[in-house]
Amino acid sequence: MFEYDFMRTAFAAAAIVSVVSGVVGYFLVLRGQVFAGHALSHVGFTGATGAVLLGISPLWGLVGMTVLGGIGMGLLGSRLAERDVTIGIVLSVSLGLGLLFLHFFTAHATQATALLFGNVMGVDVPTLWNLAGLGAVSLTGLAVISRPLLFATLQPEVAEARGVSLRLVSVLFLSVVALAVAECVQIVGVLLVFTLMVGPAATAQALTARLGRGILLAAVIALVEGIGGVALAYVTDWPTSFWIATLSGGAYALASLRR
Amino acid sequence: MSAIVLTGVSLALGGRTILDNIDLDIAEGEFIGVLGPNGAGKTTLLRALLGLITPMRGSIRVLGQTPGRGNPAVGYLPQTRSTLARRISGHDFVAATLHGDRWGLAHQDATERREVARVLDLVGASDLARRPLADLSGGERQRLLLAQALLGTPQVLLLDEPLMSLDPHRQKVVVALVGDLARHLKLTVLFSAHELNPLIGTMDRVLYLGGGQAALGTVAEVITGPVLSRLYDTTIEVVHLGDRIFVLSAHGTTGLEGHCHADGHVHV
Ligand SMILES: Nc1ncnc2c1ncn2[C@@H]1O[C@H](COP(=O)(O)OP(=O)(O)O)[C@@H](O)[C@H]1O
Ligand SMILES: [Mg+2]
Repeated sequence: MFEYDFMRTAFAAAAIVSVVSGVVGYFLVLRGQVFAGHALSHVGFTGATGAVLLGISPLWGLVGMTVLGGIGMGLLGSRLAERDVTIGIVLSVSLGLGLLFLHFFTAHATQATALLFGNVMGVDVPTLWNLAGLGAVSLTGLAVISRPLLFATLQPEVAEARGVSLRLVSVLFLSVVALAVAECVQIVGVLLVFTLMVGPAATAQALTARLGRGILLAAVIALVEGIGGVALAYVTDWPTSFWIATLSGGAYALASLRR
Repeated sequence: MSAIVLTGVSLALGGRTILDNIDLDIAEGEFIGVLGPNGAGKTTLLRALLGLITPMRGSIRVLGQTPGRGNPAVGYLPQTRSTLARRISGHDFVAATLHGDRWGLAHQDATERREVARVLDLVGASDLARRPLADLSGGERQRLLLAQALLGTPQVLLLDEPLMSLDPHRQKVVVALVGDLARHLKLTVLFSAHELNPLIGTMDRVLYLGGGQAALGTVAEVITGPVLSRLYDTTIEVVHLGDRIFVLSAHGTTGLEGHCHADGHVHV
């Protein structure tokens, strides 16, 4: 299967996105913000469909909207109790808008399906470079904020007393998440972002309580699932996203049983 | 020398005055039990000492300085423990606090690892720190929280209800541990609690908050009918039974009964 250019591109894209998703997802799960990741992917859907309407590349529509959504969520929902409600409202408004945009380009049904369920086989080389660039920005950003992020995640009251701005950390982190989500959508689609962002991270956390090991493990698990999904899709001709979702769910189930 | 000095301090939250015109002088090395009913302002006072709340009036001095966020000389164990069910090891939980206010990679160098090991050892949590937070008991988590408060070399410890939801035996163990640490490390401790009795014998003085007022003194001075009656603006009686002390409201008025948390759950 490596003899085809599109397969090599697909493997590379899956590898990049899986690692980014696994690492960023680890912090998302640790913070208990998986719902935010879910909502951001839906916000991204609006951005992507809107971009297509305007004749822009859906990837940039996706990135633009997820980042805006992430910043908005970080600013609005600084208090824990408010968060779910805030996110739910953002989510429903954006889904509604996305639906409207979709209504205007019914001709592009395949594009809509690709957004919803992903299309890693359709990634071209320029997109691959974009994914690599976005991934690098996302991981670099995460590295820079990881210290205060962990502090604010594990001990918000003490972090505040030590002068950490919980709001700033939250906004920066959700921006990082937004980039990772936008990448993820390219591979598994809006509806299955959980499979790469949450599945591997939750599996890793079930297997180890050590931070460093957990992050590494989440990246490796995501990588195996992403690459494995593409390979299985090639062999069976079933959708990649189905395979990644199945591997992700299976791995989590096994890890939970072991515990 | 004084560790904490409050002069005519009034603290307000959301436009409501919580503590009014408070004067306090706490010496270095003192162990102060901060007592008072729910909502009396224990947490508010501690947060003001951390610089998280600015007094409406008056001046606060902690180790001779106006409280400011990020003062390494003050260790803090917060009351709200929102995030304790995480699947992360106790060690990494404590380590996250060390230099967590700096940007950059959350990687601990050798010096930082030694510092984390030191505080875990101080509270006797070196072994349990290997386990995930989510699998620890309330008392074990309390030790880890205490460990993070000891990071750096604080001179003042602000502990907000460390006995919350611990059984009486565990409460005694935690109080004894803090008492020992305070003596060894020459710390000034403000230890807020719901009940008076677990702290008797360990604390030097008691700071009783109630009705926006404060009374600071020895147990014999403060936990008396007249002083508490003044704080609550109603008749209160204090009964000594062996070495335990019970605070009773004479009328058993609703609210007040529930307020008298320093009691040993005796019903009037
Ligand atoms: N953000 C806030 N705005 C207004 N009132 C508040 C706020 N936070 C706490 N309070 C009130 O301040 C009072 C003191 O609270 P607190 O210091 O937490 O008491 P304690 O710790 O002694 O139980 C309570 O009556 C509480 O309802
Ligand atoms: Mg309190």
